Amino acid sequence: MADTQSKELKVREKQEVTSPAEQTTAGLVFTPAVDIFETEKEITLLADIPGVKADDLIIDLRDNTLTLSADIFPVENPNEEDILVEYETGRYFRQFTLGELINQEKIDAKLNDGVLRLSLPKVEKATPKKITVKTG
Amino acid sequence: MIYRRLFDFPTWRFRSPFGELERMRRQMDRLFEDAMTPHQLPQAGVFPLINLTEDKDKYYVRAELPGVKGDELDIQVTGNNLAISGERKIAAEKEGTRYHRREREAGKFSRIIGLPGDIDSDKVDAKLESGILTVVVSKAEAAKPKQITIRS
Repeated sequence: MADTQSKELKVREKQEVTSPAEQTTAGLVFTPAVDIFETEKEITLLADIPGVKADDLIIDLRDNTLTLSADIFPVENPNEEDILVEYETGRYFRQFTLGELINQEKIDAKLNDGVLRLSLPKVEKATPKKITVKTG
Repeated sequence: MIYRRLFDFPTWRFRSPFGELERMRRQMDRLFEDAMTPHQLPQAGVFPLINLTEDKDKYYVRAELPGVKGDELDIQVTGNNLAISGERKIAAEKEGTRYHRREREAGKFSRIIGLPGDIDSDKVDAKLESGILTVVVSKAEAAKPKQITIRS
């Protein structure tokens, strides 16, 4: 960790989504950069999604697929003219397949300064239950 | 006799084959450049990437800086230059976490943007909203366009 803290940040292009399914809405779609890590109790996902308001973020967990989808709000006033354009903006979309069972009710999502922190608690292992067979 | 031959012989014979190779290499480079980067945006190659827009009175400088707090940013104006520097920190997680993916990066950055016209350094406003930095710089009075009315 120590060496990553002090290094110079390099420019990294935003990754445009190249999905087989075509988008129905106009505009660009990008893949957000994520960190995913796991402890014994939960899986945590951090995603960089600058320009997204909490209301515009859709997190969906169905079967084993986690889907992140986010709309951005426009930042430019209509009467502004471009002088230099180095990056483009657009929606964010990314899907993950989860190997573990997730406790859907305890999923927690926070959005701060354009970074989403999503906690996915694992389902506690069912304690083996002894079944006694009655005779008679 | 022999001296003369030694001296004027290599100049035309050895230089030209390398020159030809160099020319071919340049052509190949150009070919690959065109093929690999079909529609690249103009970039200074310095973090953070900047979008610059203007309207009649102001310049707007925008950059995507997710996870950077306002007090970790340093913005300065000198002449017509705007300097943005800071550090993006990613807090260490608890012991015993296993990483599956690590795509987000932390580190320092610093960039200076030369604005195309004169600016009023007293009227600079910066805000960070949802990870997007917007610096609004007022143009100097002399740099603002004046409407000229045409007399008939």
